[in-house]
Amino acid sequence: MTESPTRDALVGLFVLAGFLAIAYLSVSLGGANYRGEGGLEVIATFDEVGGLKPRAQVVVGGVKVGQVDSVELDEDLRARVSLDLDPSLNLPSDTSASILTQGILGDQYIALEPGAEEIPLSPGDEIQFTQGALILERLIGKLVQNIGVE
Amino acid sequence: MTFGPAERLGRSTTDFVLGLGKITLFSGQLLKAAFRRPFRFRRLMDELYNIGVLSLAIVIVSGVAVGMVLGLQGYNTLVRFGAEESLGAVVGLSLIRELGPVLTALLVTGRAGSAIAAELGSMVVTEQLDGLRMLSVDPLDFIVGPKALAMVIAMPLLAALFTVLGLMGGYLVGVLFLGVDPGSYLSALEASIDFRSDVVGSLIKGFVFGLLVAVISTYRGYTADPHSAGVSAATTSTVVIASVTTLIFDYLITALWGV
Repeated sequence: MTESPTRDALVGLFVLAGFLAIAYLSVSLGGANYRGEGGLEVIATFDEVGGLKPRAQVVVGGVKVGQVDSVELDEDLRARVSLDLDPSLNLPSDTSASILTQGILGDQYIALEPGAEEIPLSPGDEIQFTQGALILERLIGKLVQNIGVE
Repeated sequence: MTFGPAERLGRSTTDFVLGLGKITLFSGQLLKAAFRRPFRFRRLMDELYNIGVLSLAIVIVSGVAVGMVLGLQGYNTLVRFGAEESLGAVVGLSLIRELGPVLTALLVTGRAGSAIAAELGSMVVTEQLDGLRMLSVDPLDFIVGPKALAMVIAMPLLAALFTVLGLMGGYLVGVLFLGVDPGSYLSALEASIDFRSDVVGSLIKGFVFGLLVAVISTYRGYTADPHSAGVSAATTSTVVIASVTTLIFDYLITALWGV
């Protein structure tokens, strides 16, 4: 076939559009930008994580600042959650973490409440003050028991 | 002496295994031809135009239509549970993990795979490939290789475009027509999609389907029987075999790697 600048330009646009689509899927939706090596790794141990899963959001004041990296059981049989946070964040070392639920049946996430300490959290630190997930069935069970007693 | 059904079963089994062997050898030759110098850049551009750019129209229209249907169906199901905020997750996950790559592969098979088989087949019939061989130009290198390479390049790009347009179609129906909150559509979408397991998986599927369609369509065209019925048989079997193989590999990829 003969050379044709329009045809080549169309091929170029097609390839460009394809790569833009891949970039949108990867970065904007997939959150590929949150997978950086320099992420601030912090540990938090909970008595009960409920339905918390890796990749759940971590928020400060409702703003997403990171995600849950892994949820596993430690030697004391408590749930050990490692968080991958934005390294530019200057969280005090007495920050507390609690597992909350979006809506009544929504996804679970971790909310961080910054403390007042001057020393910031450094990579590998453990968050001291934690509040585990509330399990709806247990609450209902307690309620039923209490009503039964009265 | 004939043995009836047993003989037929045996023959079709050996034919099947023989066919697999031939197509594997053909893929090897094609791979070798693809890396042979000089690199046929001009030919690759022509084929990218034929396979990629000319497939855009059908991919765009189908992508938006599929996204709109997913949005509508998903909404009607979710609204019963009061969970229409999750519409973004439903549309996004089904498009990225399954429908984007698979439907694109089926559409491109029908539009471009059949064309490759028919073109190569008619070149076999009119002895054009023999003519090239006489000029000591390897048809695998000059004609077949660029077609296969363009298919492998174009398929993941078309699949990604299909997926993004489908997400827009779902947004159109869900948010603009049915009144789902735009913020919750997008945040459900972003929260449910993971780069490593979903996006990379989608790209791998697009790439594998591209390879399959490329090899099957060029092999069937290249080995078409040299008469007009041979060309039509090659075209038909390209579409049938490539579609079925795509669906089988889709299941295998999902089952083995959980994509």
